[in-house]
Amino acid sequence: MFYREAGDFHTTYTSDSQTFPIKFDRYRYYVILVIAFLVVPFIINDYWANAILLPFLIYAIAAIGLNILTGYCGQVSLGTGGFMAVGAYACYKLMTAFPDVSMFIHVILAGAITAVVGVLFGLPSLRIKGFYLAVATLAAQFFLLWLFNKVPWFYNYSASGQINAPEREVFGILITGASAPAWATYLFCLIFCFASAIVARNLTRGTVGRKWMAIRDMDIAAEIIGVNPLRAKLSAFAVSSFFVGISGALFFSIYLGAVEVGEAFSIQKSFLVLFMVIVGGLGSIFGSFAGAAFLVLLPVALKVLGVDMLGWPTDIVAHFQLVIVGALIIFFLIVEPHGLAQLWRLAKEKLRLWPFPH
Amino acid sequence: MLDTSEGYTTADGRKIGGVVMEMKNITLRFGGVKAITDISFDIREGEIRAIIGPNGAGKSSMLNVMSGFYVPQEGEVWFHGKPRPPLKPYEVARQGIARTFQNIALFEGMSVLDNVMTGRLTQMKTGLLAQSIWKGRAEKEETENREIAEKVIDFLEIQAIRKTPVSRLPYGLKKRVELARALAAEPKLLLLDEPMAGMNVEEKEDMSRFILDVNDEFGTTIALIEHDMGVVMDLSDRVVVMDYGKKIGDGTPDEVRNNQEVIDAYLGVEHD
Ligand SMILES: Nc1ncnc2c1ncn2[C@@H]1O[C@H](COP(=O)(O)OP(=O)(O)OP(=O)(O)O)[C@@H](O)[C@H]1O
Ligand SMILES: [Mg+2]
Repeated sequence: MFYREAGDFHTTYTSDSQTFPIKFDRYRYYVILVIAFLVVPFIINDYWANAILLPFLIYAIAAIGLNILTGYCGQVSLGTGGFMAVGAYACYKLMTAFPDVSMFIHVILAGAITAVVGVLFGLPSLRIKGFYLAVATLAAQFFLLWLFNKVPWFYNYSASGQINAPEREVFGILITGASAPAWATYLFCLIFCFASAIVARNLTRGTVGRKWMAIRDMDIAAEIIGVNPLRAKLSAFAVSSFFVGISGALFFSIYLGAVEVGEAFSIQKSFLVLFMVIVGGLGSIFGSFAGAAFLVLLPVALKVLGVDMLGWPTDIVAHFQLVIVGALIIFFLIVEPHGLAQLWRLAKEKLRLWPFPH
Repeated sequence: MLDTSEGYTTADGRKIGGVVMEMKNITLRFGGVKAITDISFDIREGEIRAIIGPNGAGKSSMLNVMSGFYVPQEGEVWFHGKPRPPLKPYEVARQGIARTFQNIALFEGMSVLDNVMTGRLTQMKTGLLAQSIWKGRAEKEETENREIAEKVIDFLEIQAIRKTPVSRLPYGLKKRVELARALAAEPKLLLLDEPMAGMNVEEKEDMSRFILDVNDEFGTTIALIEHDMGVVMDLSDRVVVMDYGKKIGDGTPDEVRNNQEVIDAYLGVEHD
């Protein structure tokens, strides 16, 4: 009734394979884009940017990246934090070495450098699977953090061992540093988030996406129909790490401004992004957004509800949050591995038939 | 015995051409187990060649040798008049050989259409960058290959389920989707490992019809393994009979049916 595809016929394969084949979905998507690009920048303030919108956009990019590797290609990774750190440090080195080059270029290059590192650490995936691969990526996580801590070249020999984002402008508008306006930092991240989602969607609906999913579902059969497992897995590691690197670069340069690697990109970060992917939905771009939104909003909502309204102590609320996330992970892993995205799909299927389900 | 040296004409009047694949003295061992012992036979262009034999006779192993997935310890596989060098598994599909599996090997998390489209993967060449932009080359390639996939989907009458996830399909339809994936590759040689196992009578009839139609309309050479003797007699032009890894018969269905060794080893058991 509210949601229908009747009268929506596709006469070409091109129109059938577009991202939102149903008109209603397509319009909703345009409305969201208009709001995100043309409305939010005018009403945004520092609180909204820093507490919700920037982390949401940046984590969504990381979740898209991890979802490509884990959700689409079936390769578990616990190294997301480490790869975000690669993006952050690559971005820092580029920003300080080439102050006149555009931040757009720096962030993209940081993604590319992370892609190369991701491929290197993806090499073991050709031999090991599942649990063992997870352990190998965990090793990558610890090794990378150790490296950025121990080798002073990475933090330009600063006394604190931290990296600090110098002030940089895009089109004459400051986007890094404490005095950058909220709307500018937001738009900068939004552009990357939007582009990442489009690219990820294009890759996953076509040839390479099918190769990844074939490897995920049955690697031997994939090989027999002509998928080279080496190239398929390494391309997943490359693309995934590219997005994760971009997300790390933005997390450092735009969102935090100053980074202590052990704090910002610890194993906790790896798990956080993994939880986003699981809660949102393995193998779904939309799910990456849903998962990022959920895990960014949950602590904010709990704080507003628990601390501000009910007057509970902060530490109780923080523990409560862990319990909720833990329970949800168990629920989604056991009951609905396709996460929020699948619940959304089922709701739409019901709505499509409503009010006459039979 | 039927003289096949110059090609031949089948009982129903189809012209069978030259040799497409020739197995020459194939021996395959798994450790101490001899799965295939010194077997030779050929497959000719346009024919439907059956391989039959009791459980564990080595039929599936033979199919794996034919596709290039197993490399025999002794003997050679000649393909298109040349001995074929050992292949990597993912190179198998690129030589124009497609196959289905005894235990269905579909991609359960993908839709029927995506599964069929994976049959086109070796033909799709657009690079990562063009794919990430989609508009232009990637979209064009996708549409062209989709047309071929859709033809196969129409042909096998699975239009209604093209967007359904494979994991939701019943067994019989899965078998059909697996055939669709193999056909989408437009193979020269199609290998079917027990395409009708576990099906009811009606599904078997459908599948037999599809196999005959594929052979008829696209001229695809087919080698299939089958247990059901009735089906084998109806479908195939020539039959290889295996028992304990050895070839014990080779000829037209009638010849094989009247071969005493075959009756003893295989048919006899069934008709006790
Ligand atoms: N990968 C393998 N490793 C070890 N032994 C194997 C392997 N594959 C097959 N075999 C053995 O080789 C012999 C032939 O097996 P194969 O699967 O080819 O028989 P089949 O004729 O297809 O039987 P079925 O009718 O049960 O499918 C069997 O004894 C089997 O145990
Ligand atoms: Mg078998």
